[in-house]
Amino acid sequence: MRDDFPSLDIKLPKIKPGVIKLIVVAVVVLILLAGSIYQISPEEIGVILRFGKFVRTTNPGLHIKFPLGVEKLIKVPVQRQLKKEFGFRTTRPGIRTEYRVTTESQREAVMLTGDLNVAMVEWIVQYKIKNPYNYLFKIRDADSTFRYMNEAVVRRVVGDNSVDEVITVGRARIANEAKEELQKLCDLYEIGIEVNQLIFQDVNPPDPVKPSFNEVNESLQEKERKINEAWSEYNQEIPKATGEAEQTIRGAEGYAMERINNSKGDANRFIAIYREYARAPLVTRKRLYLETINLILPKISKKIIFDEKQKNILPLLNLGEEVKK
Amino acid sequence: MNKATRNIIVIVVAFAILIVLLNTLYRVYETNQVIITQFGEPIGGAITKPGLHMKVPFIQKTNYFEKRWLEWDGDANQIPTKDKKYIWVDTYARWRISDPLVFFQRVRDERGAQSRLDDIIDGETRNAVANFDLIEIVRSSNRAFELTEEMAILDIAAAIPEIKTGREKIAQIILEKSSEITPEFGVELRDVKIKRINYVEEVQRKVFDRMISERKRIAAKYRSEGDGKSAEIRGQKERELKKIQSEAYRKAQEIKGKADAEATKIYANAYNLDPEFYSFMKTLETYVSSLDKETWLLLSTDAEFLKYLKSSKR
Repeated sequence: MRDDFPSLDIKLPKIKPGVIKLIVVAVVVLILLAGSIYQISPEEIGVILRFGKFVRTTNPGLHIKFPLGVEKLIKVPVQRQLKKEFGFRTTRPGIRTEYRVTTESQREAVMLTGDLNVAMVEWIVQYKIKNPYNYLFKIRDADSTFRYMNEAVVRRVVGDNSVDEVITVGRARIANEAKEELQKLCDLYEIGIEVNQLIFQDVNPPDPVKPSFNEVNESLQEKERKINEAWSEYNQEIPKATGEAEQTIRGAEGYAMERINNSKGDANRFIAIYREYARAPLVTRKRLYLETINLILPKISKKIIFDEKQKNILPLLNLGEEVKK
Repeated sequence: MNKATRNIIVIVVAFAILIVLLNTLYRVYETNQVIITQFGEPIGGAITKPGLHMKVPFIQKTNYFEKRWLEWDGDANQIPTKDKKYIWVDTYARWRISDPLVFFQRVRDERGAQSRLDDIIDGETRNAVANFDLIEIVRSSNRAFELTEEMAILDIAAAIPEIKTGREKIAQIILEKSSEITPEFGVELRDVKIKRINYVEEVQRKVFDRMISERKRIAAKYRSEGDGKSAEIRGQKERELKKIQSEAYRKAQEIKGKADAEATKIYANAYNLDPEFYSFMKTLETYVSSLDKETWLLLSTDAEFLKYLKSSKR
């Protein structure tokens, strides 16, 4: 076609034909180059179609292909971890991520449990495109199909569990089961997706039922509290009583010791005195008697002595007056 | 013919050849299959091999169809189950154009196919759901629930009936029934899956009420358990206290008693040497300790220690 241009040359006499040729060649080469050189970033893989037919995949780096629509390039981010959210939508990811719950996402979350109750399950799934060929050419709308698969699988697994298992004890197990089943379904559908993780986020009873679920938690706390209080009373009083018991026993032991020592002391004293007494009983008796009298009499302030023949002494004494003093 | 005219003719001819060529060659993508029609009449079978192909220009036309698996997403349907529970059932299916020729003749395009699928799958879903109890549609196995404390209280396990068919098989039934019809318009159906099941508003309210009453029962149980257990602990404490106190008392009394006995023995052994002397001594001691300055002492002169007051004779 370049041969046609000289005829146009006539109308543009000021520019030399050689220069025009050069420019045209340069432009054409540029166009061809732009159409043939392409770059694949590290996280991607390039899929090349020649006249619509899949011919090869290319790894990250700089590559060339046939230009002018002969070969077409589709880039697929195979290394990128992709994520889908169910039951909620992240509106602004960041340190304080914001969530939005829409009617549609609410519908995604509501599910029937195996005991015919209702639970609200929010989950995320992280996945990679493992097989770009399958992902692109085996299934149309792989993305939305993948969403449907998620919903069907999670609901099926939740449908085989009780509401208590879904909300509390079985969460991790159910998520894991769902992940495995989802992977199986992906393989069956040849959708080219590898499921990396399926994680349950908030799993709640429906809003109208929530207060009663909280009430159960509260009652459980209350139960624990009552039991703890009783035990703390127990722990307060029993050691104290044990200590007091010990005190009582030690006191009794002290009493015993005192009693025995006292008795031994008394007895030994008596025995000692008796030994000497036995040698001279009469005089000792007398001495002891008189010594005692000697001890008592000075202490007593009111002493009345009367003759043995004079029997009526009492009327003379004004006993009452003395007592008054 | 001058040079300019010749050049124009060359250009025109080149364009003509290009147009014919473009109309002869056509691309089949990995995702496509093509039916060639001549004056609207399909010629030959479907071209499914991707790449560059040729046809008779202008007379023959290409009709592109999808080769990939396509999705069908039904609207949620309100369906009563066999046990008269009204639920919303939402299904999805995967299908593909298995026979583009028949497809082209019967439904023309995907829109037509989708609406046929709507009719068929919705209808079969309705039939299947109406033939089973709700539990059969929710559950897919008779897996025993993990027994939590809450469930033990409610005794849920006993209340859940055994299932015979289950969700998976019901979906399978819908698929099989629908698949009998779809080949008629060149469509192969691969999966029908139940995406969502939900209670209809009024039923849902009743279910919520039941859930609430169940939870209230559990809460009441926990509360009374708390009361019971704490009373038990208090009782145990009382018992323990009495035991500790009484045992201590018993021990103390035993120790004291033994000591008293020992003391009694020691006294008896000593005083038995001369009981008369003991009583003499003890009496004298008693005088000392019991008589003080408040005491009146009336003494007769015949008292022993006053005998010298009257006379000194022996």
